[in-house]
Amino acid sequence: MLIFVNGEERCINDSLTVDALLENLGYAGKRVAVEVNQEIIPRSQYTQTQLKDNDRVEVVRAIGGG
Amino acid sequence: MNASVSEMKTRSTTRDDSLLIAGKPYLSRLLVGTGKYKDMEQTQQAIEASGAEIVTIAIRRTNIGQTPGEPNILEVISPERYTLLPNTAGCYTVEDAVRTCRLARELLDGHDLVKLEVLGDEKTLFPDITATLEAAEILINEDFKVMVYTNDDPIVAKRLEKMGCVAVMPLAAPIGSGLGIRNPYNIRTIVEEAEVPILVDAGVGTASDAAVAMELGCDGVLMNTAIAAAQNPVLMASAMKKAVEAGREAYLAGRMPRRRYASASSPLDGLFF
Repeated sequence: MLIFVNGEERCINDSLTVDALLENLGYAGKRVAVEVNQEIIPRSQYTQTQLKDNDRVEVVRAIGGG
Repeated sequence: MNASVSEMKTRSTTRDDSLLIAGKPYLSRLLVGTGKYKDMEQTQQAIEASGAEIVTIAIRRTNIGQTPGEPNILEVISPERYTLLPNTAGCYTVEDAVRTCRLARELLDGHDLVKLEVLGDEKTLFPDITATLEAAEILINEDFKVMVYTNDDPIVAKRLEKMGCVAVMPLAAPIGSGLGIRNPYNIRTIVEEAEVPILVDAGVGTASDAAVAMELGCDGVLMNTAIAAAQNPVLMASAMKKAVEAGREAYLAGRMPRRRYASASSPLDGLFF
């Protein structure tokens, strides 16, 4: 199925969790925050949250800024 | 005499004169951003030299602005050592600003101090005041502690204070312009009326601008470009630290009145000619 991660299309296996997606992206254990369809997914729910077709996922982190 | 002055100075810069923001005391009145530096090493050195305790960061997509292999900003500016101030830079709508703050709170494990800025247009980066007021209200209702970027309008500053913003931060001049304090009279009026900390945010160009802000009675100064875009950012960070301290002491000391004609400093009595 198709999802969007930070605006880019990605083809993923059905029933992928947020946790597994972060693992695939290389962000496992990294300091990030996740939104799915503009809803924040708390870190504690990564393993229970399954992605659905057309989900829009945002993965953000802190960078330098003023 | 010397002992008592130094004692006073010690007292005023340690206990009695700390900057209180959302109930937490800070010894440094200089707040700095972490954008526009050459690399993480320079960022770290400049922040260290500035003596700042409150440091702003931005929230962005993970695939944007990342140099491969470079450490995360949070590894360089540790949340244990610094009070992080996530900003909403780049937000032009209420929704984007609020969303950014919520993500920042999640990212930083419930951290609720944020710098709200809702911008009006790209050319001036002046704040969109109606959107700023609206976003501030939503965030305060969600228990965020809001430090808010605004223009140098005393009426708006007061309104933001009354709403419950923990600090009001009028601009000195457009963000990144380095033009210095364009309207010292308004800044002074804002300071005189305020019951929350007033920090000049944006527009400072060099050390004397920061000193002027403090001499006007501001509680602090927040800057990024003035340090990061200097030829030697680490040295400028150190200059800014001193300027903020000097300006604060000058404000507390109370300057002499201006006069049009000279007044001799040496006594006129006892002249031998």
